[in-house]
Amino acid sequence: MKTGEPGRVIELDEVSYGYGGVPLLGNVSLKLTPGSFHFLTGPSGAGKTTLLKLCYGALTATQGRVEVFGQDVRTMSRDEVAMTRRRVGVVHQEQQFLDHLSLAENVALPLTVSGRPTEAGEVADLLTWVGLSNQKASRPPELSGGERQRAALARAIIMSPEVILADEPTGNVDWEMSIRLLQLLVELNRMGKTIMIATHDLNLIRSAKAQVQARVLRISNHQVQLAGADL
Amino acid sequence: MSKLPAAFALVAGDKQADRVVPPTGFTARLTIFASAAMAFLAVFALALSLATGRIAAQWDAALAQSSTIRVSAPQGQVEAQVQAVIEVLSATPGVADARVLSDDDQRALLEPWFGPDLPLDTLPVPRLIAITETPDGYDTAGLRARLAGEAPGAVLDDHTRWREPLVRAADRMRLFGLVSLALIAATTAAIITLAASAALAANAQVIGVLRLVGARDTYIARAFVRRYTLRGLAGAGLGTLVGMVAVWLMPGDDSTGGFLTGLGFAGPEWFLPLLIPPLAAAVAFLATRRAALATLRERP
Repeated sequence: MKTGEPGRVIELDEVSYGYGGVPLLGNVSLKLTPGSFHFLTGPSGAGKTTLLKLCYGALTATQGRVEVFGQDVRTMSRDEVAMTRRRVGVVHQEQQFLDHLSLAENVALPLTVSGRPTEAGEVADLLTWVGLSNQKASRPPELSGGERQRAALARAIIMSPEVILADEPTGNVDWEMSIRLLQLLVELNRMGKTIMIATHDLNLIRSAKAQVQARVLRISNHQVQLAGADL
Repeated sequence: MSKLPAAFALVAGDKQADRVVPPTGFTARLTIFASAAMAFLAVFALALSLATGRIAAQWDAALAQSSTIRVSAPQGQVEAQVQAVIEVLSATPGVADARVLSDDDQRALLEPWFGPDLPLDTLPVPRLIAITETPDGYDTAGLRARLAGEAPGAVLDDHTRWREPLVRAADRMRLFGLVSLALIAATTAAIITLAASAALAANAQVIGVLRLVGARDTYIARAFVRRYTLRGLAGAGLGTLVGMVAVWLMPGDDSTGGFLTGLGFAGPEWFLPLLIPPLAAAVAFLATRRAALATLRERP
């Protein structure tokens, strides 16, 4: 895979996207530099999830260019998109798991599909880090919302991706768990990972800004703008 | 990866990779049943095709070894022309035996149409001479020319007009057998495609998760392809076995049974049905792979 231009891992250049002819994002430009921490906020339906999906190739922009690690998503083959997703950890809003597999197997799934040997110790360490060491044999439906969110985070980082995109990672959990998840993401950022979190939880953003230098982007009127100091 | 290790890997499988797709009970049973039923039918289509060719060849050979001369002449000249024909035949290379049919023989031939006690002497029935040929046969055109000179009332019937439609019918039957085999393969492919598509649709969420974590299409497809290939192989193996036993249990070939008792395999032909299971597996492999990759391409 091509190595991207140093200084940016994901870049959106004049990107537009709409559903059924209805524009959702218009001429959005954005650069995520290595090790940066971004929040993406805005009202429900503003296009936060869509923007994240554009960033990992789940959607293709109707206009403009999306580059991930220096490669234009439009010119990527499906295999290249798959390879790119191994470098981008995604914590999905719906916490998608395979219910017939154990938690440990779900967390190890990115290793399994990439053909890398699954070290039991590696998975166990990760589950311990997210506080789920006692649930490794549980099936996803047996877990609480917070446990599933942490499991999704563990799965997103097991390949040691350069970027982590989290879509409403604290959407279904209480404040205490939200802060715990945020701390895990901040810790990852301190390890050098690029983080972008889509959330409408302004309290979470304020809490994060006390711990890490984060840029806050707001989607409004189909545009992405840098949020003001009121956050 | 070369084809042999790839085929071995397909059969051996990858325990971890196999687990990522949950078991699919209904489509599994459908695939095994359809493959078994189609393999069973394929055994019969193959037996029909082979038996048709074999029996037609036997009939063709039997007719080709014999011919008939019909002598029609005015009263008083018949015996002289019959004698002339016999003399010509005795000097013709390729004629093993020539026999003038007696009145009783001719009466027996005509009895099915005219009833018993036929007064042959009052009817203008031609005299018939039955010829048995040597394996090399005789020169038909040369014999006809000599008969025309020696016995103008003699007409040679070398059975060509009987053999040609028989050979055409046999060829057509063989073609029907092969078309049936092709239709069986196509139907198997269609059923397995439907079953695999149903399984893929039922596992849309699984596929979404696998794509999300970086699985390639070929990885996801392989999990489905392997299952359906092995099911196709197992079902076809079962159907072929039952079909071969059924053919084996059919009544043996005898002269009174005619065509139906000749339906089956002869000698090394018994090995041919053994090709059906691997061919069914190949059909299942191609059908599932095509269905899986087409379905996956529609997903982001």
